Amino acid sequence: MEHEAAFSDPTRERNIFVGRIIIASFFVVVMALVILARYADLQVTQHQDFVTNSDNNRVHIRPVAPARGVIYDRNGEILADNRPTSNLTIIRERTKDLNNLITKIGSLIQLSDADIKRFYKRLERRRPFEQTPLKFNLSAEEQAILAVNEYLLEGIKVSARLTRSYPKGELFAHAVGYVGRINERELGAIDSIKYSGTDSIGKIGLEKFYEQYLLGEVGSEHVETNAKGRVMRVLDQTDPIAGNDLVLHLDSRLQQISHDAFDGERGALIAMDIKNGGILAMVSAPSYDPNLFVSGISQKNYDLLVNSTDKPLFNRAIRGQYPPGSTVKPLFGLIGLTNKNITTDTKIEDPGFFIMEGIERPWRDHNSKRGGHGSDVDLAEAIIESCDVFFYKMGIKTGIDALSSQSAIFGLGAKTGIDLPGEVSGIMPTRKWKKESRNATWYNGDTINMSIGQGFMLTTPLQLAVMTSRIASKGNIVQPQIVKSINNKAQPTILLPNASKIDEKHWTYIHRAMKDVVHSTKGTAKSISSGLLYQIAGKTGTAQVISINADEDYDKSKLNKRQWDHALFVAFAPAENPEIAIGLIVENGEHGSSVAAPIARKVLDAYMSNRADREKQLVSKSKILETEQGYLAYAE
Amino acid sequence: MQNNDFVRRFQSPGGDRIISRVMHIDLILFVLLLILCVFGLVVIYSAGGQDLFYVKRQFVFMIAGFILMLLVAQFPARSWERWAFVFYGFGLVLLAAVLIFGVGAKGAQRWLDIGVTRLQPAEFMKVCVPLMISAYLGKRFVPPVAKHVFWSVFMVILPTLLIVRQPDLGTGILVFVSGFLVLFLAGLKKRYLIGSALLALAAVPMMWIFVLRDYQKQRVLTLLSPEDDKLGAGWNIVQSKTAIGSGGVSGKGWTEGTQSQLNFLPESHTDFIIAVLAEEFGLIGVLTLFTLYLLVIVRCILIAINAQSQFGRLLAGSFGLVFFFYIFVNMGMVSGILPVVGAPLPMISYGGTAILTLFIGFGMLMAISTEPKRIRTQL
Repeated sequence: MEHEAAFSDPTRERNIFVGRIIIASFFVVVMALVILARYADLQVTQHQDFVTNSDNNRVHIRPVAPARGVIYDRNGEILADNRPTSNLTIIRERTKDLNNLITKIGSLIQLSDADIKRFYKRLERRRPFEQTPLKFNLSAEEQAILAVNEYLLEGIKVSARLTRSYPKGELFAHAVGYVGRINERELGAIDSIKYSGTDSIGKIGLEKFYEQYLLGEVGSEHVETNAKGRVMRVLDQTDPIAGNDLVLHLDSRLQQISHDAFDGERGALIAMDIKNGGILAMVSAPSYDPNLFVSGISQKNYDLLVNSTDKPLFNRAIRGQYPPGSTVKPLFGLIGLTNKNITTDTKIEDPGFFIMEGIERPWRDHNSKRGGHGSDVDLAEAIIESCDVFFYKMGIKTGIDALSSQSAIFGLGAKTGIDLPGEVSGIMPTRKWKKESRNATWYNGDTINMSIGQGFMLTTPLQLAVMTSRIASKGNIVQPQIVKSINNKAQPTILLPNASKIDEKHWTYIHRAMKDVVHSTKGTAKSISSGLLYQIAGKTGTAQVISINADEDYDKSKLNKRQWDHALFVAFAPAENPEIAIGLIVENGEHGSSVAAPIARKVLDAYMSNRADREKQLVSKSKILETEQGYLAYAE
Repeated sequence: MQNNDFVRRFQSPGGDRIISRVMHIDLILFVLLLILCVFGLVVIYSAGGQDLFYVKRQFVFMIAGFILMLLVAQFPARSWERWAFVFYGFGLVLLAAVLIFGVGAKGAQRWLDIGVTRLQPAEFMKVCVPLMISAYLGKRFVPPVAKHVFWSVFMVILPTLLIVRQPDLGTGILVFVSGFLVLFLAGLKKRYLIGSALLALAAVPMMWIFVLRDYQKQRVLTLLSPEDDKLGAGWNIVQSKTAIGSGGVSGKGWTEGTQSQLNFLPESHTDFIIAVLAEEFGLIGVLTLFTLYLLVIVRCILIAINAQSQFGRLLAGSFGLVFFFYIFVNMGMVSGILPVVGAPLPMISYGGTAILTLFIGFGMLMAISTEPKRIRTQL
């Protein structure tokens, strides 16, 4: 059959062929329909999905970091600004073998183990396609090396960003504070969108307190990228809004002089504008360089700072709590006078010690040789010469309740409300306080201790300045603040109603007594009066670090310096028309008169000469203005 | 006869014209190919990053292709039938040479450097194999007997294996199918068809274990779930589907396709060029191209049906069908319904050898279509 057919039969050949072609054509039609259905499905049914995919592919929204607000001192000197730096970042999604890449980078530029460790930590909490920083502050050489080798290092990016910088270094560390990398705890608390452009946040000081003003608003740009993540063009952009600039009351020159005046001593100083509460200088010595913290401090540096016995990171000005010692005497004298427990005619005899009935142990007068201040000691003399026995007696008469409740009006025992985080309240003890904290009743002995600023009483240097300011202004209660204006908008002075009902004559009396502390020949701070062109009113103080028994002498040569008394001084100037108040402490400085008061003198001198300069400038400025206006008028 | 009238009506209207007789040009095919080539150049310009580099090279190949096609068409079909084994043999030698002297790219040795340019001998086998089988079976019994089937299969399998060894699975499959289609058109009996289907089924696991390389296996696995490995092997498919899908009905406009212009699309000027077309010209563009293709295929089949010899029938028919198969495989793989194998889109994808091969094939078809009619006394 087959053979027969095989003898060339073109018709049969053709018919078989046509039959097969028809079968094949059927398959062709089916397959063509499958293909067309597939394309129609992709391009019509699923079109929208793929449009989304395609846009996701090419369009990325990139946050654009706003410039953080700049911080200026009152004269326009920059205390904190932003400098461009280059950082090495890696986009995880763009690299195939991350470990290999890091090894390669490590062979080109120096990478510390800490860098790598921190990088992996950051990597864990990054957003997809985010640039994760590996190394900050690349040197010019490192940038060049990376630029040359970029083609070998897929996924790396050298990106410029603004880094916070503190040109004054340690000078303002405790006031301005610093920014640092956002840590995990903070990450949970912040709005991740607001912070999408930045990886730092105010950690301490003004940087933390005014974080929401300084931050600014993040901008965004839609960028079209190619498959390698290279940005081809920016489609549209919403500009970031820079953070608000802060102008402070702080005065760089005054701050520098205050800082230098400590000359290696530990301590703190607050200088405050009496009229508006503005903080003119704020020193906590020793200080540290805040720039170390900006890009993440190295463990070594951090250990150095944390383990130092001088505690440079500790802001003594608002967090240090010290017994105020004799610096509270003018205040307590005022309270005694107001409550009529004493009058300006009250005189006592001071044998050098005080004995309370029923108590065997006498109270010493710390500020006199054996034998005491003698007879006929009145309030003024008790302040000028710092007589303890007068205040022991007055304290008993006035009583704890009046002392503490009226001291509170002067800012003791409560936070002053300064615009800094972490302020502590000190202790202005009351019966209730002792009951609650010590579970003990209040004894007269406690009142006696407290009446010379010892015992349970604790104050911060800031509180001393605030107290002095309120005495100087005769009871005006202004809240201390560091920031003068935000974005050129002046911050209002926070004035509270004057709650003290103190006679004008009592104010005058106390002011005069404080002036005489410096200017009288008997004054404990007379040493700073030489060559003064203006008058200072002040009060020295000494705070015991360890208690000395009445029958023992305080002999510093027997003690470690860390156990020496703290030296304190409060002051305002000019005495007749007060403008500036100071509270300061020198830790283990021994005596307010010899160590603390000279620091205050330097600061006040600087303030007064600044003031004189300012007045001169003001005069010349207005002259220039006049001539300019005249010129303009002429030109028109 | 009814059947013949039907066929005659669809014969080339230009079949009797002087120009096609003397010049041996099939005008319809010629015009269709011209349109396809222009279409191809337009898409290559966009896919190549709006650079004339690829366009110029492709244009040169196209001109060479047209000249070659017309040259091939001048030789009578019988001479091609006679010399088929020479081409086939030459092709095999080239394939062997590739395995020994070939230059590679991306893990495969496919090119033969001949100084002026580089050739892909495997592409030539796409036309040499059907030519050989058509010539072999054209002179033999219809339907082919066992012995002829055996030798035919042998002549198909041999180059296929050489090509798969390169490795170039895509071309291997295309070459195999082109040879097999000749057998099918020659009337291969049902039992062989069923048998070969079973054999193919059995061959799949064998291929998986012994023939396929890891990356080829990966491509098959990727087809099954491309989303698993978006940045790795699945990247190509995900991106090409996105390109096609986002093009929609009317497309994003010429040179406006973001997927291709921003390099998300891999191999955009070669194997994946249909995705560029689909993205920029939309479904309308795809349908236009597909219509052109179908017209070419219909023309090939008509030439086959009207061919004067069994050789002509088999060659023209198988060529038309395998031309469709190229399109199916390419468009299927780019749209994610077939595994990614190296298979260019005929006439459109950038690639010199592929273009030349196709033109040689079309030249032979023109030779077949313009063959002088034999007197058919029996009709």
